[in-house]
Amino acid sequence: MTDLTRLTAAETAARIAAGELTAVEVAEAHLARIEAVDEKVHAFLHVDREGALAQARAVDARREAGEELGPLAGVPLALKDIFTTEGVPTTVGSKILEGWIPPYDATVTRRLKDAGVVILGKTNMDEFAMGSSTENSAYGPTGNPWDLTRIPGGSGGGSSAAIASYQAPLAIGTDTGGSIRQPAAVTGTVGVKPTYGGVSRYGMVAFSSSLDQGGPCARTVLDAALLHEVIAGHDPLDSTSIDAPVPDVVEAARNGTVAGLRVGVISEFRGEGYQAGVMQRFDETVELLRELGAEVVELSCPSFTKALAAYYLIAPSECSSNLARFDAMRYGLRTGDDGTRSAEEVTSLTREAGFGDEVKRRIMLGTYALSSGYYDAYYGSAQKVRTLITQDFARAFEQVDVVISPTTPTTAFPIGERADDPMAMYLADLCTIPSNLAGNAAMSLPCGLAPEDGLPVGLQIIAPAMADDRLYRVGAAVEAAFLARWGHPILEEAPAL
Amino acid sequence: MPGITREEVAHLARLARLELSSEELDHFAGQLDDIIGAVAAVSDVAGEDVPPTSHPLPLTNVMRPDEVRPSLPPEQVLSQAPAAEQQRFKVPQILGEE
Repeated sequence: MTDLTRLTAAETAARIAAGELTAVEVAEAHLARIEAVDEKVHAFLHVDREGALAQARAVDARREAGEELGPLAGVPLALKDIFTTEGVPTTVGSKILEGWIPPYDATVTRRLKDAGVVILGKTNMDEFAMGSSTENSAYGPTGNPWDLTRIPGGSGGGSSAAIASYQAPLAIGTDTGGSIRQPAAVTGTVGVKPTYGGVSRYGMVAFSSSLDQGGPCARTVLDAALLHEVIAGHDPLDSTSIDAPVPDVVEAARNGTVAGLRVGVISEFRGEGYQAGVMQRFDETVELLRELGAEVVELSCPSFTKALAAYYLIAPSECSSNLARFDAMRYGLRTGDDGTRSAEEVTSLTREAGFGDEVKRRIMLGTYALSSGYYDAYYGSAQKVRTLITQDFARAFEQVDVVISPTTPTTAFPIGERADDPMAMYLADLCTIPSNLAGNAAMSLPCGLAPEDGLPVGLQIIAPAMADDRLYRVGAAVEAAFLARWGHPILEEAPAL
Repeated sequence: MPGITREEVAHLARLARLELSSEELDHFAGQLDDIIGAVAAVSDVAGEDVPPTSHPLPLTNVMRPDEVRPSLPPEQVLSQAPAAEQQRFKVPQILGEE
């Protein structure tokens, strides 16, 4: 009998639509897998067994009634715990929201439900999506299915680990500085940060509003495209949602090619700090693209060397403002309210008890960068660097169709190695941050295992804003070429759990 | 650019409504000093003539039609409140005794 957890989302949906499988069988197989392995992986913060089975039964009933099902109806999904889910706990990986039951669905949640997607539960994450390892979760770390003593990336480590360990074929992440792409890279999976404004932020707990973007995580490029199509599109409830047609990502994923394509390689994305095996696999991928008919162009984007610095001023500044809403008055944790303390004292005590170290660091950093006397030198300068980065991308895209780089400078590092060394942790996002600052579209997909440690290496593809389809066209071509070369998907090389 | 002192971190914590412990102040002061030292590099990159970018999209105000629509019922809104009374959020004392 086929192991239903090994099927792709596309295969699963097709077999459900054809009546060969029921959505309930598929959901039960994944719930059993979660039961069997998640004690070791810890990808989920909350498993919604009843909700998942109810949704699966509804899909089966609709099919039996002869209704036309959507392309992902009945497919299980792991949802990052940053999206609100009506009646289901949403913690954002923080103690300050422990036990909070949102009274409404995020737009992404709503669209998934409307498409018949079966939400299995909520996945672990760095608190408020601040981190690159999922170690900042208030509920304990998640293990990388390739080696449980190593990080699964972050902030969306629960989502990437869930799909890499076959607990779900699909997941949703959010990407503020790399939180979809970096976890995809280090777990050997596919992750896409859509164009900023492509996927609604309504009901997605805000960290840095001008950078945050939700997007799909999957094991194949086509599965990511199918999920992208379900969640993307204009939403009147998000004032920064782009009111334009979504690029045809599914068509692109079904017709992968790089023939005649101009591919840019950024000279700033190599050198000190880049692991030799990562660069080896990246350089081999550049060769592969040439063999497949692409024209490779070397480019320089000098401002990218300052992207990390600009990001660690802009993101904390926006976070210090966004997280002011956690004041212990209307929802979430309240501590120290013994009748003798003022509201302000209760707020300070609650935030001290409810936020973890990284969140506190970033709130204070942002408060500093925005304070009078420092504003121009820090926040103001960072905003100018943001302009330079956008201009560097614009010049690059005059010469090439897509830009590629390693997704991360290194493979997955051991849990604990960088946990209390913020600057070392921040380096994990060196290659992913520029796209958030510019608001364009980017994907990570596997391009091999590093020879020195046998861990997955990610290839990043970057396309101009609203050209998300290019990611899928190139990604599908690269994926097919590697599949032909390796003879099997890379995840089959991961050790059994 | 100047580094950040323990006293400044204590001031920032007060501004940000974080009741930090003494150990945390020591710990964070060193780390924030390192981070600020690293990110200060932004100030010598961009000249006067570079315009700032605050957002990747050209933002315009988005208005919805001014129509009466159903909203969440009060009991649902208050169900997640730390404390509620008479259909209101109950909060600790805000103003001083006069």
